[in-house]
Amino acid sequence: MNRQSLPLFEIFIRSKRGLDHRHVGSLHAEDPAQAMDYARDVYLRRSEGVSIWVVRSSDITASQESDVESFLDPMDDKPYRHATHYKLPKEVDNM
Amino acid sequence: MEFQQKSLLNYCIALGDDSLTLGHRLSEWCRNGPFLEEDLALTNVSLDFIGRARLFYSYAAEVEGQGRSEDDLAYLRDCREYRNFLINELPIGDFAFTMARQLMVDAYDMVFFAGLAQSKDPMLAAIAAKAIKESRYHLRRSEDWIKRLGDGTEESHERVQNAFNQLWGYAAEMFEMADDEQQLVDAGIAVNRSELKPDWTSTVHSVLKEATLDIPADDWAIGGGREGEHTEHLGFLLAELQFLQRTYPGQQW
Repeated sequence: MNRQSLPLFEIFIRSKRGLDHRHVGSLHAEDPAQAMDYARDVYLRRSEGVSIWVVRSSDITASQESDVESFLDPMDDKPYRHATHYKLPKEVDNM
Repeated sequence: MEFQQKSLLNYCIALGDDSLTLGHRLSEWCRNGPFLEEDLALTNVSLDFIGRARLFYSYAAEVEGQGRSEDDLAYLRDCREYRNFLINELPIGDFAFTMARQLMVDAYDMVFFAGLAQSKDPMLAAIAAKAIKESRYHLRRSEDWIKRLGDGTEESHERVQNAFNQLWGYAAEMFEMADDEQQLVDAGIAVNRSELKPDWTSTVHSVLKEATLDIPADDWAIGGGREGEHTEHLGFLLAELQFLQRTYPGQQW
C-alpha cells in the first residue's frame, strides 16, 4: 500500500469526562473507521482518554498565516472587549 | 503430582504456548509493517498475546510448584515440549497471510475465552475475562482487514484467498480435544473445544462471504501441536526466541 495515497486524519481525544476534546496529532488511514482504530493504537494505549473524534484533515478550514495581522489581531487598544475585569467565583476554574 | 494437577499444568502450558508463539510471530512485523499506523497496531496485538502467555506460564509455574518460573517455561523448553496449535507457529508470510491467520485465531479466541471465563478455576476465569476484551478488538481489526483485502484489488483478493486456502486445514486441531483435557472439562475447569466449531464457523464464514472470498474446502487437516508434534518452523522460531537465555543462562534485563 502506498502510504502517500492514504488520507490524513486529525485526532481529538477527551481525556476525562467533563473536559473538551483536545487535538493530539494526526495519522494516515483509509477511512474514518480505520482512523478510529489506529487512533486507539497510536494515542490511547495507556488509558489517556475516554472518547475519540477523528476528522478528515481536508475537512478542516484553517485560517491563513498571511491573514494573522488583519484577521486575528486582538485589538489590545480596546480593553472593553476582554472579559478580564470580572471577578470569577472560585468554582469556575476553566474560563 | 496427581493426575488432575498434571492435566491442569499441561493445559496452562498449552494456552501459554499458543499465545507466545503467535505473539512472537506478530512481533516480527515490528518495523516491517506496511505503514507506521499498522506497524504500531500489529505490535500492540503482539504485546497482548505475549502478556497473555506470561499470565498462563506464571499460573502454570504456580500449579507445578517445582520452582520453575514463567521464563523457564518460555525459554528452556524444546520443540517437542511445546504444545501450541500449529497455526500459531507458521511464518508470517505476507500481510494477507498474517491477517487471514489472525481472523481464524481471533474468531477462535472469542468463543474459547467466552467459555473459559466460566471456568471453576478462578485464575483461568480471570485470565479469560481479560483476554476476551483484547480478542474482541483483535477480531474487529482482522475482520476489517479481511474485508478490505478480499473486496479490494485483484491482487489483494488473490493473496488473501491463497492465504485462507493454505491455512484452512490448520483449523481442525483447534476443535480436537487432547487426551487429558476431557477430565478437566468434566471438572468444570476446561472448555469443551469440540463444541466450539459451529460458532467459529459462522463468524469466519460470514466474514469471508462479505469479503467476496470462497470458503475453502474441508478436504485436508493437520494437527499434532497439542501432542508436541510440530512443523519445521517452530524450531527456527524458538532458536530466535530462546537464543539469549540458552547462550547466557540466567541473564536478566
